[in-house]
Amino acid sequence: MDSNFPVMQGPVCPIPISQHQHIVIGHGAGGVLTHDLIRNVFQKYLGNVILNQSNDAALLRMWQEIPEEQNLVVSTDAHIVSPLFFAGGDIGRLAICGTVNDVSMLGAVPKFLTATFILEEGFPISDLEKILVSMAEAAEEAQVKIVAADTKVTEKGQSDGVFISTTGFGWVNRQYQISGQSAQPGDVVILSGPIGNHGIAVAEARGNLGFRSRIQSDIAPLNGMIAALLDAVPDVHVLRDPTRGGLATTLVEIACQSKVTIHLEEESIAVDRDVQSACDMLGLDPLYMANEGKLIAIVPSQSAERALETLRKHPYGQKAVQVGVVESDSEGQLLLKTPLGTTRHLDMLAGEMLPRIC
Amino acid sequence: MTNGKVSPESIRQTKAVLEEIHRITTQPWHIMEICGGQTHAIMEYGLDQLLPEKINLIHGPGCPVCVTSLELIERALQIAALPDVIFTSFGDMLRVPGSSSDLLGARARGADVRMVYSPMDSVRLAQTNPDKQVVFFAIGFETTVPAIAASLLHADKHGLKNFSILPANVLVPPAMQAILQSPDNRVNAFLAAGHVCAIMGYWQYGPIAEKYQTPMVVTGFDPLDLALGILMTVRQLEEGRVEVENAYPKYITRDGNQTAQTMINQVFEPVDRQWRGIGTIPLSGLGLKEVYSHFDASTRFDIQLARLQESPLCIAGSVLRGVAKPSDCPAFGTLCTPTNPLGAPMVSAEGACSAYYRYHKVN
Repeated sequence: MDSNFPVMQGPVCPIPISQHQHIVIGHGAGGVLTHDLIRNVFQKYLGNVILNQSNDAALLRMWQEIPEEQNLVVSTDAHIVSPLFFAGGDIGRLAICGTVNDVSMLGAVPKFLTATFILEEGFPISDLEKILVSMAEAAEEAQVKIVAADTKVTEKGQSDGVFISTTGFGWVNRQYQISGQSAQPGDVVILSGPIGNHGIAVAEARGNLGFRSRIQSDIAPLNGMIAALLDAVPDVHVLRDPTRGGLATTLVEIACQSKVTIHLEEESIAVDRDVQSACDMLGLDPLYMANEGKLIAIVPSQSAERALETLRKHPYGQKAVQVGVVESDSEGQLLLKTPLGTTRHLDMLAGEMLPRIC
Repeated sequence: MTNGKVSPESIRQTKAVLEEIHRITTQPWHIMEICGGQTHAIMEYGLDQLLPEKINLIHGPGCPVCVTSLELIERALQIAALPDVIFTSFGDMLRVPGSSSDLLGARARGADVRMVYSPMDSVRLAQTNPDKQVVFFAIGFETTVPAIAASLLHADKHGLKNFSILPANVLVPPAMQAILQSPDNRVNAFLAAGHVCAIMGYWQYGPIAEKYQTPMVVTGFDPLDLALGILMTVRQLEEGRVEVENAYPKYITRDGNQTAQTMINQVFEPVDRQWRGIGTIPLSGLGLKEVYSHFDASTRFDIQLARLQESPLCIAGSVLRGVAKPSDCPAFGTLCTPTNPLGAPMVSAEGACSAYYRYHKVN
């Protein structure tokens, strides 16, 4: 029972409870409770001049925001993760960084985000506040504003705590030709750091590992690092973040889109020791584990050194290395050179990654 | 931070061992690695590409998921679909097709199917869900049995009435005998699976090696371990010796883990078991002893099985017996892929077809 439940003495009309510690169905009904939740919780953490106007839509004065010779870039992403909190992040940071990064992968500068929250009846408002603090921090770091937001509440059991969908808007210089279709033979494949940390951090938070590790998710907004990279190397061909499906699946996608063969060197792909150990124990492959703060950049070979230098100066790219090359026009395949010098084929992840039995 | 799983020194040594294999090989030899984990590692590192052409590695039936019979999978699917049942399994069993569905499909249709990393997780689920029947799908070779036996003893000690297992464990030595007895057998020697021997030892292999005049070498899983195992096997074959040797002495003794064996023998006894694609092999599985038979999910739940039908295209049986390679199958890589597997060897990472698909599609 809520601590502020009214004490009724004598013939009084019971006043409905107005302050809840958990989400109730009324929070989604559009009335007083909804307004209180928006004002006291959402605007408290995410508020800004545009959001706080509380109109049905956000009016963006584009002529002030979009310089000439720029195109608008839009990306949208739904975020569900179980559990909501894990080492190195939570669903809030994920919801901001995921969309900021997607917008950035075309070389755009993300500016505005919208956010939709699906809340489950009974979800603790204190947890919601933690998530909003984390969103506010990530948005601050990424220099983006949340300009429109919506909340719906489902009955208990019809969703899972909180789902967050975000849509991002940004501007891109028209001279950039950055796309998954732009990899060319002779290009160099650069990876911004070690892989697999996010996947293992979430698995651990689920209690799936059966042991404790110190592995933290790598969730990060990559737009700052990408802006620096494009300043130094405007002729980047492909930018992509290897999220679900991991490095291998993402590179197979690029190889297919660009109709090229990509050749990776297994020895150059860094995996933190704890992540490798966890993967070995569980029969998982780091090449297919999710990342949320890593960048694949495919650049012309003459720009590779400059790209590496630039990335390594940034906190999220200190361990950037060349991991492969784009070799030839073909039907789109990804090959991996093993430490023994043999070559094997890498395919997309089929379904979900299931741990091996022994 | 590590780059790759194997140290440069180990790579150098592996290359030296491979050179030695090339130097001593004079005749064609068919060597079977019994364990799917070894098949996986061989493909992952491309070891097969580095061996002399005369050496043919045959991939054995050592993927416990692949050899689980259609009948057991159908039984699992039907138990999982019962109300008030939480059906638990190791992860790679979840996508193995029965005749019409897999466990993930059953979950999508409303069954409570959960992946666990250890049978003890299932026992804990039973303790925290007293109003549910929790069933564990007891698959695996000798490697998974000690943990299953321990969890069952734990459940027994706590008087858990809502925990049971669907016994499906299989044993390696009877499968080796079945392969050697087969009229189309091509196997000249075996790489015995290191992790199975870690538990069971390798004292059981002597009589089999002797009877069938087939060398056996206990072998590990790293590229260097595998290369050493292959070298010792080829040496025996070239020199005409038939012995059981241990290329993995750091971890394996002849007698194995006695404590684990005692626990296994307390709970389980050998029973005839059907292997998918191969048929029934006498005394090749583990069933519950009479005293623990009340933990047997196959008798606790009344399941009627309809007639079962394998995909007519799948040649899993020949692949599992080592008679055919996955790439010999007309459906391989076209109709049958990891996303749409027709047979179990395409599902598990240890399945020969899956290993071929993932690592060998380069040509």
